[in-house]
Amino acid sequence: MKPISKWIHVLGITGLVLLFVGSWIGLFVAPSERFMGDVQRIMYVHVPTAWNAMLGYTFAFAFAVASLWTSRPKWDSAVTATIEVSLLLNALLLVQGSIWARATWGVWWDWDVRLTTSLIMLLLFAGVLAMRSFVQDPDRKATWTAVAAIVAYIDVPMVYFCVRWWRSLHQVQSTPETVSSSMILPLRMNAFALLFLGIWMVVYRARLETLRRRQDQVAEPARLASVGGMEDV
Amino acid sequence: MTIPRQLVTIVRKDLLLEWRGRSRILSVVLFGVVTLLLFSFAVGPDSVMLRAAGGGFLVLALLLSSILSLSESFRVEQEQRAIEGLLLLPIDPVALYYGKTISNTLFLSLLAPILSPIALVLYSFEIGPTEFLSLIGLWVLSAAGLSAPGTLYAAMTSRLQSQDVLLPLLYFPLVTPVLMGAVKSVSLILNGDPMSQLGSWAALLTGFAVIYWSLCGLLFVNVIEEGS
Repeated sequence: MKPISKWIHVLGITGLVLLFVGSWIGLFVAPSERFMGDVQRIMYVHVPTAWNAMLGYTFAFAFAVASLWTSRPKWDSAVTATIEVSLLLNALLLVQGSIWARATWGVWWDWDVRLTTSLIMLLLFAGVLAMRSFVQDPDRKATWTAVAAIVAYIDVPMVYFCVRWWRSLHQVQSTPETVSSSMILPLRMNAFALLFLGIWMVVYRARLETLRRRQDQVAEPARLASVGGMEDV
Repeated sequence: MTIPRQLVTIVRKDLLLEWRGRSRILSVVLFGVVTLLLFSFAVGPDSVMLRAAGGGFLVLALLLSSILSLSESFRVEQEQRAIEGLLLLPIDPVALYYGKTISNTLFLSLLAPILSPIALVLYSFEIGPTEFLSLIGLWVLSAAGLSAPGTLYAAMTSRLQSQDVLLPLLYFPLVTPVLMGAVKSVSLILNGDPMSQLGSWAALLTGFAVIYWSLCGLLFVNVIEEGS
């Protein structure tokens, strides 16, 4: 198995540096928002987390289609890794949103359509991973994971567009025209930071999944022999 | 045998099996009635609150009953490996999926004329014949939206020992949009629709049913080929 490219490490370190610098600018350099004050600064991590979570699920969907199409194990590893990293971002998104909601709406949680669909998104993909852990046969595991991931993806466009389709307490998407240029820089830096860190984690997790599959494929007697246990069998 | 003919044969087989045993429909109806009663006990005798939440209770009874019906639909095919026999005949997986989905939609739709009058009495709703027919129509639409992903997941989980855990885990979050649309529509029928919103919610339910029926039908081939 080929070692992980050094460029992936460079990407991970760049992501960490960008996250530090972007958060620094967001916390100490960017101006306070006129109505919300300093509470708004959580947006510099909240919005990039949301973008990358949905981007991750979109990649998981694409990898799932590739997995079904080609039946190659590398796509199954990619689906699993991408879902796991996106789930982490999805959970962070909900926690950050709750902190912001407490400060601005006065409640930790509101049954708003954006919040509800984001929570459902988390549960849907967590269900995919839960199902995966119950299936033993690797081919069946790969196929069913891909099928469940494709079906679960139905919720992702809903999360993005729901604020336009229904009346929502959550604001609609901003554009560069509606946001001050001094706020755009930390937002974009953190978005790229999380993207680079996400890619770095996905590559490592996918590799781990591939190694696990290879280990499972090694026959039991061969594994026992390698540790000198054949005599006892 | 052509695919439409195979589909009709699957539906006929399921209905005939059910008619001979009548165990599934009886248990599902009984479960639905018990669920409605339990919701009433949870809220208490507050008639205003019961009327406000009655639409939601009715749809939840349908959703919870659907789990029993869906898991049973593929469990019978696992007995004596009947599913392998079906595929060897050969029955086309597309016909098998849509046949099973239609059977499941029919079973769930049968709950409407039984559970709706019980809910109307328990929660003190007074509606006319037109509203009652709208209620049945929406119930069938919701049943169609629930059956499509439910049949796909039931086919997958029926081969696993942990089906009872996994099926609700995968199925409930996925059908939440259908649940929300159905609750809103049924509540509008039961409590009045002054803003004429019912059409939009019915369109949303139809949209989800179309998406689920198309996508799940497309993916079922992979599930059944991998599992057989």
